[in-house]
Amino acid sequence: MLRLEARPQPSSIMTILSPVLALVMTIGIGFFFFLVLGKDPLRGLQLFLIEPIKNGAALGELSIKATPLLLIALGLAICYRANVWNIGAEGQFVLGALGGGWVALQAGADLAWMGRGIVLAILVAGVLSGMFWAGVPALLRDRFSANEVLVSLMLVYIAELLLSYLVFGPWKDPMGYNFPQTITFPAVARIPRLIEGVRANIGLLIAGFVVIACWVFQFRTFRGFQLLVAGLAPAAARYAGFSSRAALWTPLLLSGGLAGLAGALEVAGPVGQLTPYIPVGYGFAAIIVAYVGRLHPVGIVFAAVLMSMFYIGGELAQSRLGLPKSLTGVFQGILLFTLLGCDTLIHYRIRRPLRIQRMASPPLGATGAP
Amino acid sequence: MDGLALLFAATLNAGTVLGFAGLGLLLNERAGIVNLGAEGIMLVAAIAGFAATVHTGNDWVGLSAGVAAGGFLAGIFGVLVIWLNTNQFATGLALSLFGAGVSAFLGIQYVQEKLPERMQWTVPWLSDLPWLGAAVFRQHPLVYGAIALAFALTWWFDHSRSGLILRAVGDAPASAHALGFPVRWIRFAAVIAGGALCGLAGAYLSIVYTPLWVEGMVAGKGWIALALTTFASWRPGRILLGAYVFGGVTMLQFYLQGEGIEVPIQFLSMMPYLATILVLVIISRNAAWVRSHMPASLGEPFTPGA
Amino acid sequence: MISTSKRSIVRLVSVSALAAIAALGGCGKKEEPKPAAAPAPVAAEAPKPEPLKIAFAYIGPVGDGGWTFAHDNGRKAVEKEFGDKVVTSFVEKVPESADAERVMRDLASQGNKLIFGTTFGYMEPMLKVAADLKDVKFEHATGYKQAENLRTYDSRTYEGAYMAGVIAGKMTKTNTIGVVGSIPIPEVIRNINSFTLGAQSVNPKIKTKVVWVFEWFNPPKETEAAQSLINGGADVLMQNTDSPAVLQTAGKNKKFAFGWDSDMTAYSPEAHLASAVINWGPYYVKATRDALEGKWTGNSAVWWGVKEDAIDIVSISDKVPAETKESIEKIKTGLKDGSFSIWKGPILGQDGKEVLKKDEVADDKFMSSINFYVKGVEGKIPTGK
Repeated sequence: MLRLEARPQPSSIMTILSPVLALVMTIGIGFFFFLVLGKDPLRGLQLFLIEPIKNGAALGELSIKATPLLLIALGLAICYRANVWNIGAEGQFVLGALGGGWVALQAGADLAWMGRGIVLAILVAGVLSGMFWAGVPALLRDRFSANEVLVSLMLVYIAELLLSYLVFGPWKDPMGYNFPQTITFPAVARIPRLIEGVRANIGLLIAGFVVIACWVFQFRTFRGFQLLVAGLAPAAARYAGFSSRAALWTPLLLSGGLAGLAGALEVAGPVGQLTPYIPVGYGFAAIIVAYVGRLHPVGIVFAAVLMSMFYIGGELAQSRLGLPKSLTGVFQGILLFTLLGCDTLIHYRIRRPLRIQRMASPPLGATGAP
Repeated sequence: MDGLALLFAATLNAGTVLGFAGLGLLLNERAGIVNLGAEGIMLVAAIAGFAATVHTGNDWVGLSAGVAAGGFLAGIFGVLVIWLNTNQFATGLALSLFGAGVSAFLGIQYVQEKLPERMQWTVPWLSDLPWLGAAVFRQHPLVYGAIALAFALTWWFDHSRSGLILRAVGDAPASAHALGFPVRWIRFAAVIAGGALCGLAGAYLSIVYTPLWVEGMVAGKGWIALALTTFASWRPGRILLGAYVFGGVTMLQFYLQGEGIEVPIQFLSMMPYLATILVLVIISRNAAWVRSHMPASLGEPFTPGA
Repeated sequence: MISTSKRSIVRLVSVSALAAIAALGGCGKKEEPKPAAAPAPVAAEAPKPEPLKIAFAYIGPVGDGGWTFAHDNGRKAVEKEFGDKVVTSFVEKVPESADAERVMRDLASQGNKLIFGTTFGYMEPMLKVAADLKDVKFEHATGYKQAENLRTYDSRTYEGAYMAGVIAGKMTKTNTIGVVGSIPIPEVIRNINSFTLGAQSVNPKIKTKVVWVFEWFNPPKETEAAQSLINGGADVLMQNTDSPAVLQTAGKNKKFAFGWDSDMTAYSPEAHLASAVINWGPYYVKATRDALEGKWTGNSAVWWGVKEDAIDIVSISDKVPAETKESIEKIKTGLKDGSFSIWKGPILGQDGKEVLKKDEVADDKFMSSINFYVKGVEGKIPTGK
């Protein structure tokens, strides 16, 4: 039996190698899957890994999928590093979509004076709405010590139901034959595209900017440092006078705002209206992206691209190879499982069992170890 | 009055799925582990149970298959989270995602399958009682099983040695470890047992409740079950009551629609979630209450000697 | 900081990973299907034309036994009819979101020249893609916006609902029939009304109860809705949702119900009275023929029913009396030769006021904007306001 032996300090090689190793393992399992399903494994892997990035149009599509994942994951990484467990990013995304959507709906005569500036208003509204929704778990934990995992999770459902109510009711398109959707937002309120003919929009630029901003915040500002310490050693942080209150509100508001921004971008960008189908699970997938990205902005960029490739590859595998769509979820799950497994190697070494009796006796009370 | 009796009966049925899942998650959480993968476990158990019933024609074989599938998946989760100390939330989410994909994938050839004609279960003699008969005594045996389980667990947590050990492991793992209890094995056992109950819930859904397999048929009940444990402040009896409340909300909606009462259904559906937040706030305000209710080590990894 | 040796290991691994992916890319590209060779000039016989590539985008899984299953049967009918003149493919479970546009574009980029979008929610994405790709023909089901290279088609499901209603009116013993409604759009309300009108034509005393699930497809919820209708006294159920759950619930409670969109007899033979099915085959074959013969034009809306063999009521159970089966046949004949109209006055609204005067026949415009219940239907249409 192999043994796991704790390393004296976390291995920095493994921190970078672990995701690579996990990806390789996932590819290997994928290869095997395709074989078993009777499809050409190389073609299958090519659909997942090459097709989504092979030309400008494909990259444009990739950016549409990756931008929300990226934005949300960046915020979540800050939260998780500070030991604040925001599981409700999906709800904050929906609120951002509602806020941004509301502004877009007003874009008719009332706000005509704003012209293209209304896009900015939409994005700001998205950020504020997301922040508001994340502020609820922050408040409840601050005042009542209520666990933010559960509160933020409950708020996801409430957000989705709120969207459903608005889209089936007060915000429904009066000319839309009673279908549950709002009007299509006027062109002036749509997020501008980057290049003609490609769906990528300025959300990509915004995301890039946010990546840099997050990196600077986390690793170069004092407040970011405070959050890091608050997460790693809360007692030490308090002793040093870092406000634990700020360490709760800042990450939650930041991640809520970013999730809301993603929601507003999605709704005023590729979708162009509010429908009950806005929540597609980006808020939850982003948790995985944050993890695969090692909670680091650069890593998250790679992870977001990778996850998006899995999504798009899954679609392509369906239309080109006739493979079922469910494979996407399977691969994403396997990637995360293998990653979590490989992550153990960061903190532990694998060793063969000792044959010689150890000189030092095991510490008292270690009977729990098998 | 008859309408109300039938509403009651439907609520009992609907709540049983949530009840089993909630009790399973309760076992996990009492040992200190949060399993966000309940949805994935229920989905895989649902297809496993359905497939087994299609092939053997026997409901109970199917239900057992679901239980086994649930326990197995929970075992994988347990190995990762307990022995390899991976982050509970991320691992649970991965399980949900994976479970959704795997169940959809395995279920492809079962989508148009049907189970042998369902029978209506009735308790002899008692089911002829006025009102009560229709309301309570025309249910599948597992509905009563869930109630019995809730009672059993209440007794077990409070009055049995093994139950108290489990709670100790959840509240103060380091102390339990110091006392010589194999904390990780106990947690592992709790995780597997909890997963098995979630599996039972999933299989009940696809075999008894809606005897069909459709992708994603659990439709979020796994997540609702997570809310349940909090809503019920970690007491088994309240979990079952909460399950009936959550399960009953949908039936109540339809009942109100049928009676012509106009309430936007979305607001009605929000009630259970708002109520959960309220309960959470109430019990968390008082640190002593929290200690007496929520397992203290919930969500935190445990390493002996750390 | 990472030491030099470790850094080189990391570099080595990353480079090899990238190399592997590049190699994969190279390998993969060779697998791409070669484009069909251009027909040889001046041959003794006319060159065989390339098969027309047709693609279908489905909202649900092909195995749903309902809506998407019916569309896929239509696709298979096209394959059967045209053999190697066409190549069909499909993508299932395409959500009504930003993804739909990408899927449509991808289908077009793969050489598909005729693309069918089988749900209302694809309307905006299809319009966008159609505007960009003028050489591809788009067919949108149940929509209401058209373009030069996009036309809409729909089926008169209300005819199936009416015929089901005739059977329901005959078979009900409580004089209460129920409908599990999906989303309160005119199509569904029209179906509820037609179901009621059909039942009233044989049994003027019936009442219709409706519950709404606000989704097209959610078997557990459909089960609960059906149960609450049964609890409320309905003994014959119909649905506008896409799964067999309602039928199965009826079976469990020893009541009756219908199959919808596809033949659902097998799901509960005891409870099944008949299935109101949609045959997309005839329309898909026609659309394909139009495209093959160069006769396809956009900017039109087609609405087919029993007359064009797009709607039918099948597998009528033996429990239904022979005379009712005969009247169904008469109705079908009447619909086919135009002598019978379902929406012919006098028809009263819920409030008792006439919506159609005696002998007045509703036109399609009237039909597509029905947002009221007829007399006999209980409850109010949810507006969410």
